Amino acid sequence: MDLLQTIGGYLFTDIRMAAPVLLAGLGLLLMNWSGLLNIGAEGTMLIAALAAVAGSHYFGSVWMGLLLAMLAGAVFGLLFAVLTVTLRANQTVVGAAINILGLSLSTTLNRVLFGVETTVTKVDSFKVLEIPLLSKIPVIGQAFFAQMPIVYIAFLLVPVMHYFLFKTKPGLNLRSVGENPRVADTLGINVYRTQYLATIIGSMIIAAGGAFLSTGLLNFFTEDMVAGRGYIALAAVIFGKYKPAGIMIAAMIFMAGNVVSNVLQVAGVGIPYTFLTMIPYILTIVALTIFASRAVAPASLGKPYKRG
Amino acid sequence: MKALFTTKMKTQGKAGAKQVLVSFGATVFALALGMLLIYAIGFDPFSAVVAMVDGAFGSKNAFGETLVKMTPLIFTGMSYALASRCGLTNLGMEGQLYMGALAGTATGVYVSGLPAALHLPLTILAGFLGGALWGLIAGALKVRFGASEIITTVMLNTIAISFIDYMVNGPMIEPPGINCQTQPVQSTAQLPNLISGTRAHWGFVIAIVFVVLFWLFLWRSKRGYEVRVAGLNLSAARYSGIHTDKNILLVMFLAGGLAGLAGCNEILGIQIRMIPEISPGYGFDGIAVSLIGNNTPFGIVIGALLFGAFRAGGNRMQIRAKVPNAIVSVVQALVIFAVVASQMLLDKWNEHQMKKMNRQESEVA
Amino acid sequence: MGVILEMENICKQFPGVLANDCICFSVNEGEVHALLGENGAGKSTLMNILCGLYKPTSGEIRLEGETVRFNSARDAMERGIGMVHQHFMLIPTMTVTENCLIGDKEGSSVKLDRKEAGRRLRELAERYGMEIDPDAVVGTLSVGEMQRVEIVKALFRGAKILILDEPTAVLTPQEARALFKMIRALTDHQFTVIFISHKLDEVKEISDRVTVLRQGTVVGTHDIDDCSIEDLARLMVGRDIYFDAVTRQQPIGDTLLDVNNLSLHREKSNDGKLLDDLTFEVHEGEILGIAGVDGNGQAELVECLTGIRKASSGEALYRGKNLLDLSTREIMSHDVSHIPQDRQKTGLVMPMTLVENFALQDYYKKSFGKSVFLDWSGVEERSTKLIQDFSIKTPSPYELAQNLSGGNQQKVVVAREISRQPQLLIAMHPTRGLDVGAVEYIHNQLIDQRDKGVGVVLVSTEMEEIMRLSDRIIVLYEGRAMGCVRPSETTVEEMGLMMGGRTLDDIRKGRVNGTPAEEKMM
Repeated sequence: MDLLQTIGGYLFTDIRMAAPVLLAGLGLLLMNWSGLLNIGAEGTMLIAALAAVAGSHYFGSVWMGLLLAMLAGAVFGLLFAVLTVTLRANQTVVGAAINILGLSLSTTLNRVLFGVETTVTKVDSFKVLEIPLLSKIPVIGQAFFAQMPIVYIAFLLVPVMHYFLFKTKPGLNLRSVGENPRVADTLGINVYRTQYLATIIGSMIIAAGGAFLSTGLLNFFTEDMVAGRGYIALAAVIFGKYKPAGIMIAAMIFMAGNVVSNVLQVAGVGIPYTFLTMIPYILTIVALTIFASRAVAPASLGKPYKRG
Repeated sequence: MKALFTTKMKTQGKAGAKQVLVSFGATVFALALGMLLIYAIGFDPFSAVVAMVDGAFGSKNAFGETLVKMTPLIFTGMSYALASRCGLTNLGMEGQLYMGALAGTATGVYVSGLPAALHLPLTILAGFLGGALWGLIAGALKVRFGASEIITTVMLNTIAISFIDYMVNGPMIEPPGINCQTQPVQSTAQLPNLISGTRAHWGFVIAIVFVVLFWLFLWRSKRGYEVRVAGLNLSAARYSGIHTDKNILLVMFLAGGLAGLAGCNEILGIQIRMIPEISPGYGFDGIAVSLIGNNTPFGIVIGALLFGAFRAGGNRMQIRAKVPNAIVSVVQALVIFAVVASQMLLDKWNEHQMKKMNRQESEVA
Repeated sequence: MGVILEMENICKQFPGVLANDCICFSVNEGEVHALLGENGAGKSTLMNILCGLYKPTSGEIRLEGETVRFNSARDAMERGIGMVHQHFMLIPTMTVTENCLIGDKEGSSVKLDRKEAGRRLRELAERYGMEIDPDAVVGTLSVGEMQRVEIVKALFRGAKILILDEPTAVLTPQEARALFKMIRALTDHQFTVIFISHKLDEVKEISDRVTVLRQGTVVGTHDIDDCSIEDLARLMVGRDIYFDAVTRQQPIGDTLLDVNNLSLHREKSNDGKLLDDLTFEVHEGEILGIAGVDGNGQAELVECLTGIRKASSGEALYRGKNLLDLSTREIMSHDVSHIPQDRQKTGLVMPMTLVENFALQDYYKKSFGKSVFLDWSGVEERSTKLIQDFSIKTPSPYELAQNLSGGNQQKVVVAREISRQPQLLIAMHPTRGLDVGAVEYIHNQLIDQRDKGVGVVLVSTEMEEIMRLSDRIIVLYEGRAMGCVRPSETTVEEMGLMMGGRTLDDIRKGRVNGTPAEEKMM
């Protein structure tokens, strides 16, 4: 029974830790299926994490924080879209600059808004929402049904996104843009509008992931607090083969590092924690080398489209 | 050898000059935006600029600090530019920088009994190789499996940084193991001071030497010519029988090595020992440096000077004008946006001109 | 069977080219109307205008008597015009149904109704005698099946007029027969088919009427029953070809290149061969013309001979070596020069200077610098001389290639390749898109080379160029040689027939009571 409880505990932690990566991955997925490769999730999450704290601080509600964070994400998405879709600039370079901007702007604004003192400003944060009855199920009850609302949203987004991408007409149209914008164009789909929408909505979902870091896992903002999760999300999309469920599994595997290290320490195996943090990245490289020869990614990913 | 240098460097052409001009304009635009931002968050942009210029060039010490910050940026800028010239996107400068620093530190700390004349070059070579081999991994994965270097280099960054974390906290930790840092490199492997009374070290001179080598390689050597042809037109390269796979491997090796030298020089000239966070993002700064410099040797030095001055002056600005020095990186991002946007607008304008010309020609015909 | 579609006085001006010159074209409901013409005759341009991809410079389209204006392919589609392009507009990772549903606006629900769509597709396919699995992933289908998907997709989206662009170019003979049956089934149901082709047999077999285009203008529209295949060939190629065969001084020399049984298979399946058992010789001091409509294996032949592509079987002996075993670099270093078909994509590096472009083929040689460094001052001297010798118009040897006119760009390529003093010169479409002066200049250069004893392989789709320059001509059709003729011993008609897929033997055997070639030409 003890062991089962421990497992339940690990599962609880894993699900909670996976949620922000999952959100970021789903946001990236939307962009990828429109043919855009955005490596700027890290920066988008950072500015969102700060915006969430600011919103929560000034409006007194964590939901206002989330709203402000998603607004900030939308602005970053719009910036990316203007440069890469309209001006057809190199998506990788713009994504890298988005990361630089997110890190530096969040740091700057944090110091301006909350000062440079060592004491952090704490704000209203998400509360656990226990679902009656279900949360009492042994072992998994707490893990699945005693989480914060945003965790439920993240995991509910998986089937929603899957349904949207693979079962609806707008989803099919979006995928056709990512696979072959010229074909989509001749069939009457507005490629640029599709890419703008995917980028802005995708960035808002990524931003929700960032907001969860500062107002869900914690209740304050620290500099560079995303700590590579934006890159892990990028990895999760590739490892998850561009499918929502795949991204969910990847996020849970990648974030299980904490759990694994606990288990290993208990078992007395001396694998340092730092090696465990490498796992997502190594798995992604392995996945890339295996999938690269097969078509898994949308065929036009990363290539700018020019009409006519 | 003399002819190599005397031949006029005309290979850039007029179009190159126009691009540099446009990049310059875009940079000025981004700087103005940055000042606007400083104003918007409630500070006086002019006193901020004055403080920054003072901090970067106001005194011998300030100027030395600018040189210190410039040095790694020259290397990472060249690293990104070299890969770009071959049509590759190297985003792994940060990781290569760390691996170079690690290899340099290891050689500097553990190889002993050599005179400085041998130890220092050996350590620098190790730093180069550390980064080069790390870069080569991405090249090999691309050539062998077709894995995009854009993703693999980003992944390798985090792997490298985690690995350094482990090494500095574990096998290489300074006895007895209280602080997470390595032992200092031996004096025979340290870079001598360049300007007394400042922190400027000979790493800057090495950087300038490599700028010349970078130019010699790309614009004067046969191999560099191949690299540029393949980067600009892959099918023309194939039709001329150029072995493109071999060049990808070579370029990722060299680009990694350049980034490795950025880290290694930082250790041998400034830090003296390896700590987990030796780079405040020099790797990613390289993208901006190379973009401003239009992937040319001279442009890279100018770009590195600009951002080096930013980094050096940023601290003074923070202290005197109370503007957070992270604003410097904000400006850097703005510069990247402005430069890529302006280049795309220039392309569109050129295209428009070309169409107009064609229309006139066909009307005459 | 009334007139369903009229295109009146359609002109389309591209930069430097008048692709369609006042074309009038009308189609009756329920007929198969063939659009016949050589490469560059303007067939595809005209049809791209009809299906909404291009806007005409002037002219008018009337559909069932009503003037229409298309701003996009979708507009044309909504008015019932569907085009099956040569390069399929399909997404290989999606299923047949999904491909048909992209951009579909029918019905109000956002849900994809795969079942209903699949049922409709199956029904459509069955009605017109096609077999289609709506749930198959397109990428796993054969080329013939993909084409069927394209046709069904057009029908699914409501096409009444179907444009097929060179539909048999990618098909095996069996698949082509099946396609013809489908076309018949469609016209039986009052669909109208516009059939773009350069293949005479097909046009004769499948169409009711034919409109022949030549150099952007309509030569004529005829009932197919009023035309023989010979008539079609003459209409397509034109009578007024200018054949002043070039006089030659030197006799033809020894065999230089000896190609035996060269074959190249398609990458994918055993769909067929890109090159099928080619055997020919090139002699010193001879120009061998390779004629044929674009896409019949010419590019592949050149790629095999220059080491860019590996042939499946056969040999190409040159100075005792088999070129098919060598790399591009090795071949080029054995006095072989290559003027590639596309100067902008493969011949030049456009953003580089002329000096840099002149070094492209030989930079690695000792004569371009003894060490690892390039001797740029030497290259500059060489470039200046070539710019003078070939009268290339440029402000400076350091001008970027992209800033030169097309003719001067081509001169740079020709100058570079000829200055390498080749023994064998392979030139593909060396004058494509150039003005008369530049064409003349490049022709003279090729003749010069021939007179110096160089063996020249000249690949061209320009009938006039081939007839004027070549000593012998091989006509390629679907990767096979239809025959080898001397320009003085053939006719336009005979060439047209070979380009359309008749072998020389068949043509000459068939002509029992025919007039000799020379007389017919007059």
